[in-house]
Formats: sequence, C-alpha cells, structure tokens
Amino acid sequence: MAAAATCSTGTRSTGSMVVAASRNNVTSFQRRGPRTSGTDSGCSRLVSISGTRPSVRNGQLLVSTGLPALDQLLGGGLAVGTVLLIEEDKYNIYSPLLFKYFLAEGIVTGHTLLVASAKEDPADILQELPAPLLDDNCKKECDEDICNHKTESNVKMKIAWRYQLLPKIEARPVSSSRFGHYYDVSKRIPQELIEASKWHGFFLPEKISSTLNEDPCSLNHGYIKLLQFIQNIIYKEGFDGSNPQKKQKNILRIGIQNLGSPLWGDDICWTENCDSNCSLTKFLYMLRGLLRTSLSACIITVPTHLIQNKAIIARVTNLSDTVVGLESFIGSEKETNPLYKDYHGLIHIRQIPQLNNLICDVSDVKDLAFKLKRKLFTIERLHLPPDLSDTVSRSSKQDLAESAKLLGPGCGMTARGKKHLDF
Amino acid sequence: MFPELNNLLNTTPDQVEQGKLTLLCDAKTDGSFLVHHFLSFYLKANCKVCFVALIQSFSHYNIVGQKLGVSLTTARECGQLVFLEGLKSAVDVFFRPQEEPHPLQFLREANSGNLQPLYEFVQEALKPMDSGEAAWRCPVLLVDDLSVLLSLGVGAVAVLDFVHYCRATVCREWKGNVVALVHDSGDAEDEENDILLNGLGHQSHLILRAEGLATGFCKDVHGQLRILWRRSSQPTAQRDRSLTYQYKIQDKNVSFFAKGMSPAVL
Repeated sequence: MAAAATCSTGTRSTGSMVVAASRNNVTSFQRRGPRTSGTDSGCSRLVSISGTRPSVRNGQLLVSTGLPALDQLLGGGLAVGTVLLIEEDKYNIYSPLLFKYFLAEGIVTGHTLLVASAKEDPADILQELPAPLLDDNCKKECDEDICNHKTESNVKMKIAWRYQLLPKIEARPVSSSRFGHYYDVSKRIPQELIEASKWHGFFLPEKISSTLNEDPCSLNHGYIKLLQFIQNIIYKEGFDGSNPQKKQKNILRIGIQNLGSPLWGDDICWTENCDSNCSLTKFLYMLRGLLRTSLSACIITVPTHLIQNKAIIARVTNLSDTVVGLESFIGSEKETNPLYKDYHGLIHIRQIPQLNNLICDVSDVKDLAFKLKRKLFTIERLHLPPDLSDTVSRSSKQDLAESAKLLGPGCGMTARGKKHLDF
Repeated sequence: MFPELNNLLNTTPDQVEQGKLTLLCDAKTDGSFLVHHFLSFYLKANCKVCFVALIQSFSHYNIVGQKLGVSLTTARECGQLVFLEGLKSAVDVFFRPQEEPHPLQFLREANSGNLQPLYEFVQEALKPMDSGEAAWRCPVLLVDDLSVLLSLGVGAVAVLDFVHYCRATVCREWKGNVVALVHDSGDAEDEENDILLNGLGHQSHLILRAEGLATGFCKDVHGQLRILWRRSSQPTAQRDRSLTYQYKIQDKNVSFFAKGMSPAVL
C-alpha cells in the first residue's frame, strides 16, 4: 500500500531513490555491461568500416549475408571481394528472401547498394525489403521508454487504459554498425531507411534500349552493360583502392537477380553444348576480377534448375566463390515425407572459398534444412548424427539418473521417473 | 612445399627433374594445395618460374606462400617469378583496350581461341638470358588452372595446342618443367574438359590426381591423392606405377598416410 502511494504521489522521487540505491550497492564484482565496457570505441578503432569484421581464420574482411545462421555456416560471413552464388529453388520462392536479406543488411549497416535485375525494377525490390528487428539495446531502450510513458500516462489517461500497451515509438531509423541483424519478413523496411541509404539500380529493360553498339566481345549485350555499370560505379565512388575515397571507406553490396535467366538475353537454359556459350562464365570471371580489386561483395541468384547442361553449372560453380543451393519441397515428393514435415526445404552449402589459406572453413554439419516462419527465415540442422557409441551413452544416461537421485533426496519424482524411463 | 609429398615423389629442391610435364587434377575436391606445393617447391629450388594464375589474386598466393616459407613479392622483385594475374588483367583488357597485344587478348575477341599472345608472354618470361646476372636453375611454367580457359571461351584443342607449344619450348628446348592444373568435371559430362584432361594425361610424365572421398565428407581425411608415373625409359613392368594415399590438409602442411590409416581412425 505504501509503495503504491509513493508511486501515485511522485514517480520521479522513487526513481531517483532507486538510482541512488543502486549506486550505493556497487561492488567490485560488477558485470561489464555492453555499454560501459567501451566496445563501441574499441570496435571503431579496429574496424573502420561499419558492418564488417575481420575473419578469425584468414584476416579477410567479412560482411554479413543478413542471415546470422548462414554467416556462421560460411565461416563467419561473406568475404569482401567475393561472389556468393545462390542456386534458386524451383519456384523461386525462398531465394529472393536471401537476396533481400543481403540488401537489407546493407541498408541497415549503411553500405552502398547496387541492385541489378531484368525482371523487377530495383526501386520496387528495395521497397519489399524486410524490416530489421531492433537489437537488444534498442529494444531495452524502447521498453524503458514505454514504461516511462506508462507511468506518466498513469496520471493523465484513466479511461483509455488499453492504449497504454501500444508502443509509443514506431520503428525509428536504426543505423547500427553491428555485424549481422535479424529481420522480420512480415514487415517492410521503414521508408526513411531507404531514403537515407545510397543505392544504384540497374534495370535491364531501361538500359538495353540504348543503341546496340558493336562490341567485339562474345559477351551478351546485357552482361556488357551491367559490367560497365558496375565498373563505372566502383571507379567513380572510389570503391577500388586506387582511387582513394574522400570520406570514410564504405562497402558496395552488389545484388544481381536471376542471372542467366532468359530475361537477361542468355540462352544457356536451352542450349545443349556449352562450347558455343560462355557468356555467363565470362561475365562471372570479369565480375570476380572487378570485385577482387575493390571493396565490394556480391550476391547472385541463378536459376540453375532451368539449365539443362550440367557442365555449365559445374563451370559456373568453379568460377564463383561461395555457392549455396536451395531446394524447396514444393512440388516434390519430399513435401509429404514425414521426415521433412517441419521444414520448407533443404539448404546445401556447395562450395566455400579458400582465401589466403590452404583449407577452407567447412562446417561439420552437412544436412541443413530451412524453414520460413511467420517472421523469420531459419536454418536448422535436419537431424543429429547417429549415436554410434550406444553403450557409452547408455551408461552415461544411467549415471545421470543416479546422480539425479543422489542430488535430489527431496524429490521422489526423479526416482519414480526413472522407472518410467526404463521401458 | 610439403616435405611429405616430396618424399612420396622422390624429389627434393636440390635435385629437380627436368623436361617433365606434370598434370595436376582434382575431382570433387579442391586440388589447389598441389599448386601451392609446386610453386613453393620450384621457388625454393631456385628455378625461374612463370606463374599463370587465372583463379586467385596475387595476395592470396602470396599469403599462402608465406605460410609455406616463400615470399612471392621478393621473388617477383628479384626477377625469379613472373606472375600473370588473370583476374586483374581480364578487367584491364576488358575496360581499357590497349594497343599492344595483351596475353589475355582473347577475352576481347568474338570467336576467340587464339592463345598465341599468352604463349608469347610465357616465352618472353622464361627465355634464358645470355648475360646471366642471376643464374636460375631451369625455367618452369605453372598454370592454375587450364579449365578456366575453357570457361572463357577457348576451345579444348586450342588449350592443348598451347600446352604442346609450351612443352616443346620449355620442356624440350630449355630443359624446364611445365605444371598445370585441370579440374575433372566428374559426372557433369563436360565434353570439352574431358578432351582436355585426356589429351593432357596422354602427354604428361606425372599425374597427381586429388579426389574427394567416395564415401563423402570427412573431417579428418580431406581426400585421396593418386600418383601415376608414366615413364617411358623403364622396362614395361614398372612403366606405369600408381600409388594412392589419403591426405589431410593442415594450416601450413599436408600430411599423407596410407589408405584407411588416418591417425583419427587408428
């Protein structure tokens, strides 16, 4: 009753008292909070570019793919200067998500974007990016703010009490230098974030309308245009080291959608022989050459299921750095398989690059499945490996049960529970 | 270089065989560790090396080379190593057309397949000098890898011709060595690549074939290496000798062991 009374009389006084009390209780055994430890300043000294971190393994600068689970599988993230190739799933439902995660991560961390597509207008693609979930600090602040508002409105609003629960702050622009964020696919990215970001769009139908000048290369016309566009931006904005950037260094994130599809004017999908057709492989080689000499990372989605010739896929794989394949269950017999009932598809890590190293960072887990929840795209381990040493694990289980019995003399439940376990 | 591989191949940097074509081949795994081995091996053996690197950047090879005890930058500065960085040159050729023919000039040509500029580059790089300011032991051409040329629109026959020319000049005339890596496409049925692989296998003196394990991924065994000597001088009984070892790649070294004798299994 007394506490309630003080609350109603003056919230401010109690608040100050709490603060004072907490100050008095300071001991030497204090957990270093995320804010007090000065991680921010330390990070900024080590990593000069926001949203990147150096690899533990080879010292390469890494950027996040926008999906922390995938980063972990790829050995910490995507190395700057490399190509991530996504093999699209059959009906192209899940691969655009990875594509958008990559771009959204770029917007949140303040990187420059370059979006190329032959199908959708890049501006539309940006509009459909998922909204970032606020990180813990922001969330805490938000909650505190909400609490403050509650206490204030306690006095003012008595009738509309239900409105107290509504958060006062709608997603405000967060630009954080943290590595890897989570995104809510059910919401769109806030408009002000897109406006604040710097991006370049390459929409093939707009670019191709210009006069067809005769270029001696055997490259496809659309690919030439795109290469020139990328090269121009890298050169003009100083993403290559030779032309030093005036302000702070930044990363260029390149996203190319449905590369190799008929809309790009490529005919690899229906040619049988690959010797006459090397537009795509040549393009990839040039792109890789551009990326290696600049501060940029690239994501490409390729409809590999359309390509009949396996030799082309093998060559494309060899010419890209990281290759991730998506296989959705839609339309396949795996859809009804009880083994896969919790998942929407499988994810295959086909290739991981060896950078500055003899070995690559291959994760031990090979069977991975993905699931699209209401808000999140998650990657999970499909099943645990078979427990081969069964005698060992059984004895350990018995030990566990016995130790539990020893530990808890008060709870007879465990002893009884053991009988049930020994079926 | 990996001492264990030298033991298996019966070579040391002090005694280098001359006039040989070595084919490196990888199937379902990455065989680039063999390229790093031969690069550091020949640099330590004091050979003049021309390295046509089409797959990775110079810094990558340099950092791995430092782990293996050679410095590519100093080798390049003192003229022991001539490095052609494919990725960088491709961009230069494509965006900044030059007057003089570039080794990778074929990238700009419509119906390409002309590797003559590349051959001339190799010839120029490895040409023995009369006024020897620093006498290197023998010239070596190293290519990583030839399959990329196919992806860039060069025909298999043109690549075979290129290798044949190099062999005639480097191996035969100058008593040097040629080492080339080719991917084995396996079940992808890449006809051009198969032509290239079979053609080179026919010409080469030593074939090192790195394969992924047939049973799939393993943490402790990265693959197996098949060594095939094709010696024409010896009697038929020992002419084609083949050995198979399994290997595990470590940070700075590769350990080889007999099949099924991995330390992790025993």
